Amino acid sequence: MDWHLLIAQLLNGLQLGLLLFLLASGLSLIFGIMDFINLSHGSFYMLGAFVCATVVALTDSLIVAALVAVLVVFVVGALVEWSIVRKLYNKDHLDHVLVTYGLILVFDSVARLIWGSAGAAIPLPDVLNGRIEAGGFVIPSYRLLIILCGLLAAAGLYFLVTRSRLGMLIRAGASNRAMVTALGVNIDRLYLIVFAIGAALAGFAGLLIAPITEASIGMGNEIIIIAFVVVIVGGIGSIKGAFYAALLIGFIDTLGRSYLDDLLKLFLSNHAAETAAPALSAMGVYLLMAGVLVFKPRGLFPPAGFNKK
Amino acid sequence: MSERLHGHGAGATITVAAGVYLLFVVLLLAAPLIIALIQQPFYLDLLTRVLILAIAVVSLNLLVGCGGMISLGHAAYIGIGAYSVGIPAYYEIYNGVIHLFLAIGCSAVFALVTGAICLRTRGLYFILITLAFSQMLYFTLVSIDEYGADDGLLIQQRSQFNGWLNIDDATVLYYTVLAALLIFLFAMHRLVNARFGRVIFGGKHNDERMQALGFDTYKYRLACYVISGAMCGVAGFFLGNFTHFISPEMMDWTRSAELIFMLVIGGSGALFGPLTGTAAFLLLEEFLSGITTHWHLIFGLLLIALVLFFGKGGLHGLLTRLSRKRSDTTQ
Repeated sequence: MDWHLLIAQLLNGLQLGLLLFLLASGLSLIFGIMDFINLSHGSFYMLGAFVCATVVALTDSLIVAALVAVLVVFVVGALVEWSIVRKLYNKDHLDHVLVTYGLILVFDSVARLIWGSAGAAIPLPDVLNGRIEAGGFVIPSYRLLIILCGLLAAAGLYFLVTRSRLGMLIRAGASNRAMVTALGVNIDRLYLIVFAIGAALAGFAGLLIAPITEASIGMGNEIIIIAFVVVIVGGIGSIKGAFYAALLIGFIDTLGRSYLDDLLKLFLSNHAAETAAPALSAMGVYLLMAGVLVFKPRGLFPPAGFNKK
Repeated sequence: MSERLHGHGAGATITVAAGVYLLFVVLLLAAPLIIALIQQPFYLDLLTRVLILAIAVVSLNLLVGCGGMISLGHAAYIGIGAYSVGIPAYYEIYNGVIHLFLAIGCSAVFALVTGAICLRTRGLYFILITLAFSQMLYFTLVSIDEYGADDGLLIQQRSQFNGWLNIDDATVLYYTVLAALLIFLFAMHRLVNARFGRVIFGGKHNDERMQALGFDTYKYRLACYVISGAMCGVAGFFLGNFTHFISPEMMDWTRSAELIFMLVIGGSGALFGPLTGTAAFLLLEEFLSGITTHWHLIFGLLLIALVLFFGKGGLHGLLTRLSRKRSDTTQ
């Protein structure tokens, strides 16, 4: 067993898990509170990456760019909720799927109009481009930053949800929507804020990964499906569930990719094993979801007092 | 709702719609002649594509329009049908009967196994679990290097039917697909007006009441899911033959979303909705992509506008509203 490799892979799994958490937490809240399926959540992920790339090119500052990007995505999210999504809460899920699929097409083509098809890279400052060595382990410093930011965002969200008045309303909304409305809470504003926060979190995830993968058209459409899996596995409307499920799926995917091929090489040719391993580990993620839906349909950590209509 | 798939008793209000659909079918029957006259063989390809995908959308209509089961993984069956042609062809087995048998059999089995699990869930969960199963299949085929993985496989030769049906010929393929589509439409009409369809329909609106009446709606739904999957497998069989090519991309989740899109344009729940919807979708796509490379933008905005402003029922709803207006003025 190569311990260095294992540690590196665990860190990669943690990184993927935290990115998934940033995407899935917003998605899960939108799901749980508004009963709304947002296929276009990945578009906010893409938007965050592209806006960040543009601002970095203009100002040369990653911190400014990140702040601007999160703000822009927050505003765009609020606008989308206010202009379109709000009108759909009372319609059926088929309409949600259609409109948000339409939104994906719109966001992807607008991004192509503004930024072109080639995608945009985000150059890292030298401080972040290096590696950190500790006790014989070499870790790229930017990956460490992603993990740090992800953990900070998770902690921030935790405090927002469990310690603030807004968080109390959010939790109440996830548990029993009708009761919150009946108690005279301005539900329109709550929905708007939840949607915009979800969008901003997705945008933040997008700009975090962009220096590694580049911002590209449609970058959100693949990962959003996995984020949906996280939401289902964790339990709809549950932040805590989203956190654990995201980490679990991050580890399954990463470790599957790196270790499954060694296992498969026992049965298959080297080349075949190398193609099969990533796909099989991706499949494992969906298998997990199917299993959860069959045995624990409300997810592993459903929100307290969750009552499905 | 019930006057849509259940044709009986709707009376005069559907006559305009029925007239339009009849004209549509006559046009489809005559299309190869017209296309030969104007010497634009490209349009025959386009129409063949429309008919093939219309079969898939008809099968989706059985789930969504009739049973209220919104599947976001229906493209998986197109993939299964296409691979049922592609994989035997890879081993130089070109017997069309075997291909068709495999397409229907494998689709039905996949639908039975996944449906048994999916149908334990409702609503949001159903949408996502159907999606999950199609993604599983997608990644399975991406992982099989032997059959081309990501890149897919070329099919050297179309399915052979011992000389009595030569689908290598574009016109023969067109009429074969059209015949299959019309048979499926007729079967759908009979199915939804039979007791079976009534139970599925009832379960969509009030499942508990149907169960209280003594129907095991789960079994009915599962049967419906298997029929739909097998029918869509036939569409995949034709698509593989038509394009001479298979790839996992055929069952990408965005393909499944497109199928739902086509259904809703035409009118979910209406018998001929899938046909007009698929035609509208693909012709519009062809037209818009010819004008601008940013046609996805127009498409997306249209889709959003369709749901927000157009009301229920798609093109079929529009046609019935038109005929109501007309009958109002004549009375």
